[in-house]
Formats: sequence, C-alpha cells, structure tokens
Amino acid sequence: MNAPISEDDLHAWADGQLNAARLTRVEAWLAAHPEQRAQAEEWRAQSAALHRAFDRVLDEPLPARLLPAANAGRWLDARKMAAVAWVALGVVCGYILRGETARDPATAAMASLPRQAAVAHAVFVPEVRHPVEVGADQEAHLAAWLSKRLGAPLRPPQLDEAGYRLVGGRLLPGDSGEVAQFMYENAARNRLTLYLRPAAPKQADTAFRYAQEKGIDVFYWTDSRFGYALSGNTGREDMLHLAEIVYRQHGR
Amino acid sequence: MKTGRHPYIPRSSFDLPDHDVNSRDAIVAEIPRLRRYARALTGRVDAADDLVQDTLQRALEKWRLWQSEREIRPWLFSIMHNLHVDGRRRDHRVDFRDDDELPVMVERARQQDNLELRDLERALALLPPDQREVLLLVGLEELSYAEVARALKIPQGTVMSRLSRARARLKAILAGEAATILKVVST
Repeated sequence: MNAPISEDDLHAWADGQLNAARLTRVEAWLAAHPEQRAQAEEWRAQSAALHRAFDRVLDEPLPARLLPAANAGRWLDARKMAAVAWVALGVVCGYILRGETARDPATAAMASLPRQAAVAHAVFVPEVRHPVEVGADQEAHLAAWLSKRLGAPLRPPQLDEAGYRLVGGRLLPGDSGEVAQFMYENAARNRLTLYLRPAAPKQADTAFRYAQEKGIDVFYWTDSRFGYALSGNTGREDMLHLAEIVYRQHGR
Repeated sequence: MKTGRHPYIPRSSFDLPDHDVNSRDAIVAEIPRLRRYARALTGRVDAADDLVQDTLQRALEKWRLWQSEREIRPWLFSIMHNLHVDGRRRDHRVDFRDDDELPVMVERARQQDNLELRDLERALALLPPDQREVLLLVGLEELSYAEVARALKIPQGTVMSRLSRARARLKAILAGEAATILKVVST
C-alpha cells in the first residue's frame, strides 16, 4: 500500500476503483497536488458526460428485432418434437389459408388481418411518448369510445395474469372502416398489441392461426363480431398462451 | 373457452429446466446496457442494434459454455468486442488512422450546434477504436480494469495505457486543440 502514486492510481481514483486503504492515500496525495487533482476530476467529468449522452439508450423501448434474437435460445433448446409440430402446423395453416383465399373474399380479408396488425404493431410499439390515444387510466372511456366507433360492444381484455398491463388503445383506419388497437406492456417493457377489426358479414368462427410478419409473431382468429390479431415478440409459445387468454375473455 | 378447436401445442413442450430460462433471462436483462455501449461505440443506431442482435445470437448459442460463476456482463461485452472487430475487418468502412499517425490540425471545423451530445459523439468517432472501447467500457459501462482486460483479451497494463491516451485525446478533441483526418480503409 506504500507504492508511490502513479497515473494508474489517478485513473482508478476517477473511476472509483481504489480500495479503501489506497483511496485514503491517493486522496491525501491529491490534496497536495492540485494540478493532478484537476486532471483526475476532468476524467471523472468525461465519464459523467458519457452517461449524460448515452444513458437515454437504457430507457428506450427495446426494438422488436432484438427480442426474437433473445428468444431464439429457447427456440433452439426446445424439444425437437415441438419444432416438427410447429413446422407441420405452419404447413397446414399455409395450405388451408391458400385454399380459402382462393375461395371467397371474406377469407381473403382474413388473410390480410395479420399483416395489417403487424404493421400497426410495428408503427406504435416503439412509440415512447404517444403509444396510445387513450390511456388505461381512462379505461371506461376507452371502451365506450371504441365500441361506438366500431359499432360493437368492446372491452379491452385483461392480461394481468400473464404479467401484461393495459397501456391503452387507439383507433386506426382499416381496409373497410375503423379498427381498434390495444397495447399492453409487461415489467420488462415488452409490448403486445391486440388489433380488432369489425366482422365482415357472415363471418364465421375460425381456429387460431399463426403468422410471422417482418419478425413479428401474430396469432389471429375471428368470431362473429371481430377479427382479432395479437402481435408481439415474446416467442410463439408465450404468444399462444396470451392469445388464449384473450380468446377466453372474448370468446364466451 | 371452447377447447380443442384450434391446433394446439402443449406448452410443456417448450418449457425448459429452470437454469436454462434463468440464463436466457440474465442475457436478456443485459440488452439495454449492450445497446448503450454499442450506440456509443458505433455512433449509429442501426449498426449498434445489428451488433447487439449478433451478440445476443452468439451468446445464446454459446451460453452453455459460459461458466455461471463468471460475470455475465464482461462475457457479453467480450462477445460484442469480437464481433465488432470482425465487422471492422470485414467491412469496407470509414476507419481512423493509427494513434501515432494522426496529424494535428490547426483549425478545427466549427460546429454550429453546441450540443454536448453531438460534440461528444463526434469526439468519440475520432478516437482510435481500441481507445474508444476501453474508454467506454471503463467510463460508461463501469467495468473494472480487470474485467476490461478479460473482455478485450489484453493485459491490464494495456488497458491503462489505452485509457490514458483515450482520455487525453478526448480532452484535446473537445477542447478543439487537435483534430484528426478521416481515412477510408479498404482491407
């Protein structure tokens, strides 16, 4: 501990990396050497400036594309059976979808649902200041407003059991009228959106379908009142679970 | 809920042993810090997130090799460092002259905006990449010198000398005493 004070000590002082004994000695030395003290304080000020410049990045919502990468680990580690099952599911869904699209316009509209939902998701999820038009603090107003505009009674589903709280909602223009988007966020600031489109005439119930649009996972389905599309990046299995919660609350 | 109507994969198929999920979550929890460092290192939003994405991918592929008694943060920065160096070698991009070749210019391009952030970003871009990395890992990410040495696979003495040069150079650039000339390096 009696080694002479070196420049490394001054850096370590500026960076808070000295142990207590050495710190005492360096502090005493700096008190007698104002020039060196000013230099070390300037280094400290540089670090503070770096924090002022870049700490804002910590508060940015994570871009969607980083989360699929993070989920890939789980995907890679998943049982092979499950992987095979998913591929089979994709093939089957794709086949069904292709067949139906050719058949009638209502199902063509169904096919556009995940894309529109994913686009709306991608537009509003990164939004920091205005992610929604009406916040969850005015939930009753939000429900009444969107019900009126979409022409069918509508309440935002509650996803609290899965750790997602309602952020709020907004109204968007759709292909053939207005659509609604609800946004949810969990403690890790991961966001989901639920896109709701009023039903086409004679719209039938469908099974869950899955699509991936530009890296966004979308589960979508219809009933006699709405087309639903839940978009997010928490990984397919979590998304399916969340879609089931929505379905349970709206399916009745 | 009407069950059995839709194709359904049992959730248990995707459940992992707890330690797997914990490791993945530990990596995911570091994403904001990786983004901050990458942003400061590259000076560009897209390039930074590309780097983070590649780092996460690599980390998730390799995490089984990662010994859990080691700190996860220096390990992730180490992966990012390797990818960044590979990227610099691979790409034909603007790079900077070696420390000793830098000419000192008398006149400094006056910056109309005096925003601290813009000045600092510009100054960082003018630092040689080796020095920039050390400066950011110490000053911004607050890694210990030993952790920086491990992450960059250089001796701690080299960490200290790069830190010293980086701080002196940053001060000079911000004070407008010296400027550096960009050189396009095609390797």
